[in-house]
Amino acid sequence: MYDVAIIGCGVIGAATAYQLSRYDLKIAVFEANNDVAAATTKANSAIIHAGYDPVPGTLTAKLNVEGNAMTEEICAKLSVPYKKVGSLVLSFEPENDAMLEELLRRAKANGVPHAAILTRDEALAIEPNLNPEIRGALYTPDSGIICPWEYALAMAETAVRNGTELFLSCPVTGLAPEDSGYVITTPKGTYRAKYVINAAGVHADDVHALLEEPDFRITPRRGQYYLLDKSEGGVVKHTIFQCPTKMGKGILVSPTVHGNLIVGPDAEDLTDKADVSVTAAGLVMLGNMARLSVPTLTTRNNIRNFAGLRAESDSEDFIIRESENFPGFFDLAGIRSPGLTASPAIGRYTVGLLEKAGAKLTEKKDFIDHRERIVFRDLPFAEQQKLVEKDPRYGRIICRCETITEGEILDTFKTPIPPVSINGVKRRCNAGMGRCQGGFCSPRVHAIIARELGIPMEQVLMEDEGTFIVQGETK
Amino acid sequence: MKDYELIVVGGGPAGLAAAAGAWEAGLRKILIVERDVELGGILNQCIHNGFGLHYFKEELTGPEYAGRFIKRLAGTDIEVLSDTMVLDVTEGPAVLVSGRECGCRLIQADSVVLAMGCRERTRGAISIPGSRPAGIFTAGTAQRYINIEGYMVGSRVVILGSGDIGLIMARRLTLEGAKVLACVEVMPHPGGLSRNIAQCLNDFNIPLYLSHTVTDIIGKDRVEKVIVSQVDERRRPIPGTEMEFECDTLLLSVGLIPENELSRRAGIEIDPRTNGPVVYGSMETSMPGVFACGNVVHVHDLVDNVSDEGERAGRSAAEYVLGGDKDAAPDGKAVSLKNGEGVTYTVPQHIYPSAGAADVYFRVAHTFDKSVIRVLDDGEEVLSFRRARMAPGEMEKITIPADKAAALKGTVTVLAQEA
Repeated sequence: MYDVAIIGCGVIGAATAYQLSRYDLKIAVFEANNDVAAATTKANSAIIHAGYDPVPGTLTAKLNVEGNAMTEEICAKLSVPYKKVGSLVLSFEPENDAMLEELLRRAKANGVPHAAILTRDEALAIEPNLNPEIRGALYTPDSGIICPWEYALAMAETAVRNGTELFLSCPVTGLAPEDSGYVITTPKGTYRAKYVINAAGVHADDVHALLEEPDFRITPRRGQYYLLDKSEGGVVKHTIFQCPTKMGKGILVSPTVHGNLIVGPDAEDLTDKADVSVTAAGLVMLGNMARLSVPTLTTRNNIRNFAGLRAESDSEDFIIRESENFPGFFDLAGIRSPGLTASPAIGRYTVGLLEKAGAKLTEKKDFIDHRERIVFRDLPFAEQQKLVEKDPRYGRIICRCETITEGEILDTFKTPIPPVSINGVKRRCNAGMGRCQGGFCSPRVHAIIARELGIPMEQVLMEDEGTFIVQGETK
Repeated sequence: MKDYELIVVGGGPAGLAAAAGAWEAGLRKILIVERDVELGGILNQCIHNGFGLHYFKEELTGPEYAGRFIKRLAGTDIEVLSDTMVLDVTEGPAVLVSGRECGCRLIQADSVVLAMGCRERTRGAISIPGSRPAGIFTAGTAQRYINIEGYMVGSRVVILGSGDIGLIMARRLTLEGAKVLACVEVMPHPGGLSRNIAQCLNDFNIPLYLSHTVTDIIGKDRVEKVIVSQVDERRRPIPGTEMEFECDTLLLSVGLIPENELSRRAGIEIDPRTNGPVVYGSMETSMPGVFACGNVVHVHDLVDNVSDEGERAGRSAAEYVLGGDKDAAPDGKAVSLKNGEGVTYTVPQHIYPSAGAADVYFRVAHTFDKSVIRVLDDGEEVLSFRRARMAPGEMEKITIPADKAAALKGTVTVLAQEA
């Protein structure tokens, strides 16, 4: 019998597990995919928003600003790449100026520490590659960029390190109330928990439907992206947003924590909750829209296109509450943008909801609240030398584009949530995420996975079940 | 006293030839740094034959070709640091290396030859729409899986791009029992050598669709099918021309990019036309004492030419080190070469009129039948060469004789016209 079961281990499930694992609770996390952070969390803009966008008074506004304030400390403790680069929202048309004023008003109402409207010249002075025809910009230094999957992974790993049990490839297929809590059915067995937290992202309505017809619907809203080579990473220094114009809702251009440039997303409501394909029309639109902000931007040095699904709901606000009909069952649903930013605050808020519902919370005395990861290329030369002397595997570069060593790849298998796929390795140490996209290193990483997991080459996966790479030996 | 007279970055065909050329020209302290465990570079996975027809006047496989050079080095005192990556090339020159055996250290040299080769363009580089299942490989990665690791990558295959590696893989996959359904090329002409079109596609009845491209990839876990559409003269897909291929694998052979991250970080001037360092006839780059050769300079189609270029770079490095004239500004008396109509680039980009006969390599922009290559000096024609046929997939070479080279004064333009 678990005290708490969390369904879904994207950034919301991971952050909730992380916040709950501070207490003496027996926690289980059920994730349908074979890795954490494998859906919406791995495919988004990777922005820590300041909080000037949500309507004041909403839960979204409160948790956005709180989450933003919590990010820096968590990232420092858990070794997550994060940079407070600041952001600009550009005005292109006279109507946009009123929008900037409105955003500034919201920023103040929501408690965003710093925000100001810059003139055209002021904006161009700090960001010279912007379209000289902009009228002005809302500036805030409080927004940042982050590695979203490592953020979720780091919080999930920390929860596991503190006793949380994580079940991967374990979709919840049944939920039923019983006297002291809930019975949870999965293909791997039946489990019981006093409290159940639904953090199933785009599937949150489906999970709720295992108990009763939900009063909300989740629509997968697809967003497509370009990820450009590091050669383009310095085109802008801040995250550049656009006010909506006649041309569309606006897309962002931003550096990433890995040094690339990200361009996107568009927004298209789908019915298929697994459709993350990119479209020719969508990509052309992104390029054109991005050049409205940065006219010199070229997608010629693109290294990858991808798409993610936002969990868009029919509610204006995040749906974070205990079920009326099923006490002890909590929805964390409709967590659209700024969900990544809000995630640690959502986790903390959920702890509060559990406490209100009667959960006994005793803080652990021996809570482990740190995580370290060796990143060879970021070390000073003298430390690189020392490291290689101690363990020569850190001297052997496997991923040339990102300078990732064999030692770093092997480290991932010693973590609380070891990888089971090539992309799992990529998310944990960046091998294969550079400009050749694994062309050189993927056969090597493939062989390391086979060796470390003790499985034949044919069984090594690119991502989830069924994504096999090779088919058997040659003649 | 520096650690070495010459450090060669990369032990593929270019680096091996450079080391051999430098040794034969008199250098005695030479180090090759190779990131793989074995010397030979990409030749090791090119187990087909057809290498060496020009250089050795016989047909060899890739590993055999590499073997000839490795044997040539075996009689020398050239040192090899394998399984070692060069992290940086700095002025001095010096190289920062990292490897299991040697650890992390800085090695000083009188000269450096850059021979890092090239990498393949990926799906991202051409933004192919669709889903992102397993089963999409660059041709070279598939070649490594099959020829080095010994694993098949799929059983029903479509190949996008008609570059040489893609063509070679069409034949290789067929021989291994896979069904290659189509080779699809966005340009109106093939990307690879004519002999490979004949021997790798035609001989196996694999259809080649020119002016076509992949416009969608379908598949959740593994590729299930790809959609191929015809394109117009501006390479835009034509609606209504879609063809569907049920397959489990898509191979990409959509171009090679010289791998110049080290060169760029070192501040060496890069030519946007080749994506390689700007070089003089000696293969010297804009950084004194640093030379470059092979696919890191421009993508070759024949390894034989890579070997020639490598030897030239090695000999030049030896002259630079042994000549002692290290302060002579290389660009003082040089003239610049420009590509004119019908030509996409030239290598070298600068030559010294006083340095004797000059070999100039270039590619044409489209196919030519009976045609003429003209060399202009400030607009005045100084030389012309006749050709029966030229294609972008086949690198062209002309030699400017010593007397004509010596007379060059202005900007030299190389252009191609129908005769």
